Amino acid sequence: MTIKSLSLTAVLALGASAVQAEEVRVYNWSDYIDEELLSKFEDETGIDLIYDVFDSNEVLETKMLAGGSGYDVVVPSGSFLQRQISAGAFQKLDMAKLPNHKNVWDVVEKRTAQYDPGNAYSINYMWGTTGIGVNVGKVQELLGEDAPIDSWSLVFDPANMEKLGGCGVHFLDAPGEMIPAALQYLGENPDSQDPDVIAKAEGVYMAVRPYIQKFHSSEYINALANGDICVAVGWSGDVLQARDRAAEAENGVEIAYHAPKEGAQMWFDQMAIPVDAPNPDGAHKFLNFILDAQNMAAASNYVYYANGNLASQEFLVEDVIDDPAIYPDAATLENLFTTRPYPAKVQRVATRLWTKIKSGI
Amino acid sequence: MRRFLLIAVPYFWLLALFLVPFVIVFKISLSDIALAIPPYTPTLDFSAGWAGVRAFFSALDFENFTWLTQDDLYWKAYLSSLWIALISTAITLAVGYPIAYAMARAPEEWRPTLMMLVILPFWTSFLIRVYAWMGILSQEGFLNQFLMWLGIINEPLTILNTNTAVYIGIVYTYLPFMILPIYAALDRLDESLIEAAEDLGCSRLSAFWLVTVPLSRNGIAAGSFLVFIPALGEFVIPSLLGGSGTLMIGKVLWEEFFSNRDWPVASAVAIILLAILVIPIVLFQRNQQKQAEAEQ
Repeated sequence: MTIKSLSLTAVLALGASAVQAEEVRVYNWSDYIDEELLSKFEDETGIDLIYDVFDSNEVLETKMLAGGSGYDVVVPSGSFLQRQISAGAFQKLDMAKLPNHKNVWDVVEKRTAQYDPGNAYSINYMWGTTGIGVNVGKVQELLGEDAPIDSWSLVFDPANMEKLGGCGVHFLDAPGEMIPAALQYLGENPDSQDPDVIAKAEGVYMAVRPYIQKFHSSEYINALANGDICVAVGWSGDVLQARDRAAEAENGVEIAYHAPKEGAQMWFDQMAIPVDAPNPDGAHKFLNFILDAQNMAAASNYVYYANGNLASQEFLVEDVIDDPAIYPDAATLENLFTTRPYPAKVQRVATRLWTKIKSGI
Repeated sequence: MRRFLLIAVPYFWLLALFLVPFVIVFKISLSDIALAIPPYTPTLDFSAGWAGVRAFFSALDFENFTWLTQDDLYWKAYLSSLWIALISTAITLAVGYPIAYAMARAPEEWRPTLMMLVILPFWTSFLIRVYAWMGILSQEGFLNQFLMWLGIINEPLTILNTNTAVYIGIVYTYLPFMILPIYAALDRLDESLIEAAEDLGCSRLSAFWLVTVPLSRNGIAAGSFLVFIPALGEFVIPSLLGGSGTLMIGKVLWEEFFSNRDWPVASAVAIILLAILVIPIVLFQRNQQKQAEAEQ
């Protein structure tokens, strides 16, 4: 090989490495961030951000347990995080690379520690409740002015559902949240891992099943906003996003969200770094960016979910920080419950029950 | 040597793309669920040498297959899938045959255009076309609005999220697979045979039943298998267009894999699905072979 061609190869190699920019791959829930934050991150760090979305913890978990997902940052919910940590799916965070970690809110950290002891593997991104979103006008038209829109009886009492069915009711396709909700309605322990107690949820659902149009975990946002459905059991911020989209469209649809008074589930979506992340360094940069008070506030202001960042609260708009559906007052907070992950055998019972509820077999 | 290479290529293809994946899935179906990456045990550990391999094989069992017989969900799902695939194939044939017939009878210069029209949908992603059906079939969708505008119905029909929507989706998606082989068979048909039948006193209709249909039998069989086989394991169409009452084995497989994280049981479900499919696949192969022999 001549010297000329050698140097040419060297130049080419240099050029190639300069062109190949650093990448961070993030896998987050759908409709869950202000997209401007993504370009802001790219501008500030010069890192290429590849942002993909999912709409169920199950899909994420399967990718994590298969290994080699190629993602640097993923966002499982609390109980799923706990199980994936025990499967060895995540790496411990390097706090030295997260100077903004000082911003976290101890109230939330205390609760997330039950899933991730010492919060060693994850930071809180958003948290919220699982409750009921209603099209206020249509529900009151069908059930009267005093319709129980703040109670599980709206969706679990067949007398109410019979009237609402024709107008469209969506339930989340998430057994880990729907079974506890039914148990709470029955006055049982929603966090029960006893198959006999879990089986009691069947009766609740079988009675209202004919009136449920669909079990789906993301379609209800648009369906509520467009006025296609009247009621959705869904996640707080998603329903509030539907409320906003309806308001923007000025289509006369008024959406309201309530965490039912009998008690609602509180969940936490945690950002974590997979053990085989191709770029853990970049992942830390992304987490640190998210932990920044103003960035976190921008995300919450956009998606209408509360976050686990105390310093961000001064940048939150009134719509968010003063809305008890997002930042519940102390009394409501008392009424919220959390759940632990099901062990494999109980999980099978729960999934089988859920299949039976959905398909009737 | 050259002959050996020629034979080796397709066998290598089969080995790499069918046998190896099959053996992997079969092995997982004999394993047990575990909370680990990957989420089953045992995994083959070569570092332990012969003892490791022996421990590996002794940990495998047929427990998951026994499990499938204990819950009636599984056989009901297989049966329901078979039923849906069968009905869809019949409808696709009923719709596809006249189209193929018309294409084969069309003037020579039109045929490339007609053929193009059949193939054209393939240029758009399958997923997007199924999504488009969601827009057409929904309560506020084009179909309901059109029917209401015509005054045929007063209330929008609930089609989306029912089995009807699944049939529409499958028939629409697989229609070209039915049309093309039938068209190929009809195109080759010797017109003089029909003229002869008519000369001998057949009406046009009985000539069609006695001559045209039997001579396009191979095309009908090929098309039916090409629709039936993928429809049986279909997952995307029932999950997007079907409702909570749509029971298909593809969805059950998904639940096992994603909701239960039970790869071993999911693999067992897949192995049995394959066993069910082997019968139509073998019949399809025979049909192809017979056709090839007949042409020689």
